[in-house]
Amino acid sequence: MQEKSILDIISPIMAGPSSSHTAGAVRIGLLIRNIFAQEIKRVKIILYNSYAQTGTGHGTDKGIIAGLLGFSVDSTKIKDIFNSIEATKIKYTFEYQDSFTRHPNAVDFIIEGTSQTMEISAQSVGGGEVQVTKINDIDVNINAKSDTIIITLCDKPGAISQITDIIQKNNINIASLNCNRKTKGQNATCLISVDGVINQAVIEEIKQKTNPAFIRYVKKLFQ
Amino acid sequence: MTIKTFEELKKSCTKNNLKIYEIAQIEESEVFDITVEEFRFKVEKTIQAMKEAIKNGLNSTALTNGKMGGFDCAKQLEYYKHHHSIFNKLFEKIICYALATSEENARMGRIAACPTAGACGIVPSCLISIFEEYDIDKEKQINSLITAGMIGKIIASKVATAGAIGGCQAECGTASAMAASAAAYLFDSDIDTIINAAALSLKNILGLTCDPVRGFVEVPCIKRNPFLAVHALVAFEMAQAGIISIIPADEVVDAMEQTGALMSSALKESSQAGLAKTKTAIIMEKACFTKKYYSEFKD
Repeated sequence: MQEKSILDIISPIMAGPSSSHTAGAVRIGLLIRNIFAQEIKRVKIILYNSYAQTGTGHGTDKGIIAGLLGFSVDSTKIKDIFNSIEATKIKYTFEYQDSFTRHPNAVDFIIEGTSQTMEISAQSVGGGEVQVTKINDIDVNINAKSDTIIITLCDKPGAISQITDIIQKNNINIASLNCNRKTKGQNATCLISVDGVINQAVIEEIKQKTNPAFIRYVKKLFQ
Repeated sequence: MTIKTFEELKKSCTKNNLKIYEIAQIEESEVFDITVEEFRFKVEKTIQAMKEAIKNGLNSTALTNGKMGGFDCAKQLEYYKHHHSIFNKLFEKIICYALATSEENARMGRIAACPTAGACGIVPSCLISIFEEYDIDKEKQINSLITAGMIGKIIASKVATAGAIGGCQAECGTASAMAASAAAYLFDSDIDTIINAAALSLKNILGLTCDPVRGFVEVPCIKRNPFLAVHALVAFEMAQAGIISIIPADEVVDAMEQTGALMSSALKESSQAGLAKTKTAIIMEKACFTKKYYSEFKD
């Protein structure tokens, strides 16, 4: 278990009323925004279970849109986000569903940008902490507690050590490394969490040397 | 190894001859790789946010998001314009500040979750009322919130402070223990008294369920905040007098964890029982709380 900080107990400073349903929703939005990394044109948001049932009253819908637009959890804009100029830039629709196979606070996104479409699933797991659980068809676990590289590679021997070499060469410590692939020889997705910050040049180097199908550098949302 | 129990906290304070806040800020800077100054600056920012939330809440009568509250702080303020509390000015402030913060939270205003958003009025109302009435300087204000945070962290290392897991005892109960201990710090109590204040406060709130009407952080949450704030100060005053919790603080936390686990999930933030399924709650749920309905409460 990750060590708790006193700052986790006496914060976040946030727009109310609920850490999981409001602050968590904003963080999910922010995380999705970082993963999508392109201007969002259109987004369909499917809220499940508790998020669907009590989400409107907790401003879950407002929080998600505010996050997608880049507002932080303590923004006073969240309350009136639907009436803001910023919100007119995105076409959004909400759907509400019940599913006992999904987390109580689960949400799916189908996002269209200028040149890409993505399906991303996330959930709010309590106390404002969040997880992205699926990107397109790939199971992931991104909690935004440290900076993370998400990379999808052709599954061939040595690809991972190539990446870790580049990271190590830049004197950055890897906090955790998870790789997942559906079948042998198919694409594998790796999540590499690091202590500290990676600069864009390092990401570019990884891109050039490994030619990934997908790569994102997602910054942490927590202090 | 970080401190996980009250027993360890006491040992560490006694052995090193340090206050709780000193132990806490050293630990934070070591574990999270920030300087003590940076840490204290963040705590100060939280105090600022708490003060702003109180100010905003005191000046607003806007309805809450779920339309079941937002008018009670104004009522209380109006009452104190014409009547004095049977206690004192501090008591008046605590009730008003707790209502102000909780209502502001339910309006989607900016608050500091402490430890959660639903319990956000308890620690600030106790501490900031004491800051004002006893003219506490800035450094000591920061020390007191660090003390509160350390108490909360120890409890949270055993019990998740989420209503869905531990019931309201884990949210408002933890907040109340944090406030009781921080108040004891502000009045220069020794380590035993500070820990005992937390134990007394927690012990008296075991079993408190989380049954919010229509799933909103409004009924009973808003009014529960001033109750639990006053509750914290009762624990503080008894601890100051030397009254001791027969069950030590760590064991009270164990009892809280067990009580939370045994509590039916119908009473843990799922709105399937208790107040959430009373006749009135069901009518409100069905009517989606029409304007007529809330105006009856308001007047």
